[in-house]
Amino acid sequence: MQYDSKIPIYLQVVNAIKADIVTGNLKCGEKLPSGRDLAVKYTINPNTSARVYQELEAQGACFTKRGMGTYVTEDTSMIEKFKKEMAQNALDDFLMSISKLGMSKEEAIDLLREHT
Amino acid sequence: MLESIEITKKFIGKTAVDNISMKLEAGHIYALLGPNGSGKTTWMKMVTGLIKPTSGYVMYNGTPIGIPSRKDIAYMATEPYFYDWMTIEGVGKYYQDFFDDFSMDKYHMMLNRMELDRSTKTKTLSSGMMAKLKVAVTMAREAKVYLLDEPLNGIDLIARDDVMKTMIENAREDNMLIISSHLVEELESFVDSAIFIKDARLAGIFNIEELRQSEGLSLADKYREIFGHAGGEY
Repeated sequence: MQYDSKIPIYLQVVNAIKADIVTGNLKCGEKLPSGRDLAVKYTINPNTSARVYQELEAQGACFTKRGMGTYVTEDTSMIEKFKKEMAQNALDDFLMSISKLGMSKEEAIDLLREHT
Repeated sequence: MLESIEITKKFIGKTAVDNISMKLEAGHIYALLGPNGSGKTTWMKMVTGLIKPTSGYVMYNGTPIGIPSRKDIAYMATEPYFYDWMTIEGVGKYYQDFFDDFSMDKYHMMLNRMELDRSTKTKTLSSGMMAKLKVAVTMAREAKVYLLDEPLNGIDLIARDDVMKTMIENAREDNMLIISSHLVEELESFVDSAIFIKDARLAGIFNIEELRQSEGLSLADKYREIFGHAGGEY
């Protein structure tokens, strides 16, 4: 994975895993790799893995079964919520770029309609 | 815990390491950063016990380093140090004779993972294969401190990925990795702390995620801040 080296690595991995959950690359209730395997997979520090799982758990994206490991949430409403959140972020980025060009939101909407 | 206490090394006409004091803890992957000739290798060799400091000393878990600490401290030198006639399997046996903590199983596992053939003679290895072999044979020891001098230098992307993954896989709560490099970008994602050595002196130790979080700086940014020219922009 390519990282933006100015943004905390753990946040970037959290977002990558959430994206995998939303797109279905990771299924509801699926077991996630151990901290060490996650570190190797993403070329991150094992301490960062622990932080990634903490954050995912705090956001409700996964849960831990004691002594068994970490699993993707089974709550589909949660996944819908993440999807909306990500779409919202994509829109924010889009509108930011549009406003830098000196265009209004309305003009942007027209452009979107014309866009094929 | 590893402590470098006011450690200095003078060679004729040059101070290679100048009064470096720091405490390093288990459970971390450290980057030891600085330009060529800044003193990184000399510092590592003193911690390993290969050369003696002119003044100051190194403590490992509260005792000065010496013969007993050598079994806990594994060092990988930059320059290749195997006999030409040895095979990769032979290098493992050679290490097994030297170090009680060397695990042949672990060694074989890493060789398989990195697709190194045990029967290959070391003299026929490419630089990428040599880099992989060096890191495998060093990390097949169950040491508590791994000092790796320039493990990523001069090798292709795929070999670099293999070497990085091998290092990460062997990082534990109860050991520490100290990786020297003058290439900074490669280390960004997996080292947690950076030690900067400038002109033989310690120029600072930083937690890298904290740098990103509180200052929006990457490791490379900090490197430029410390080592860049003070003068005008290009």
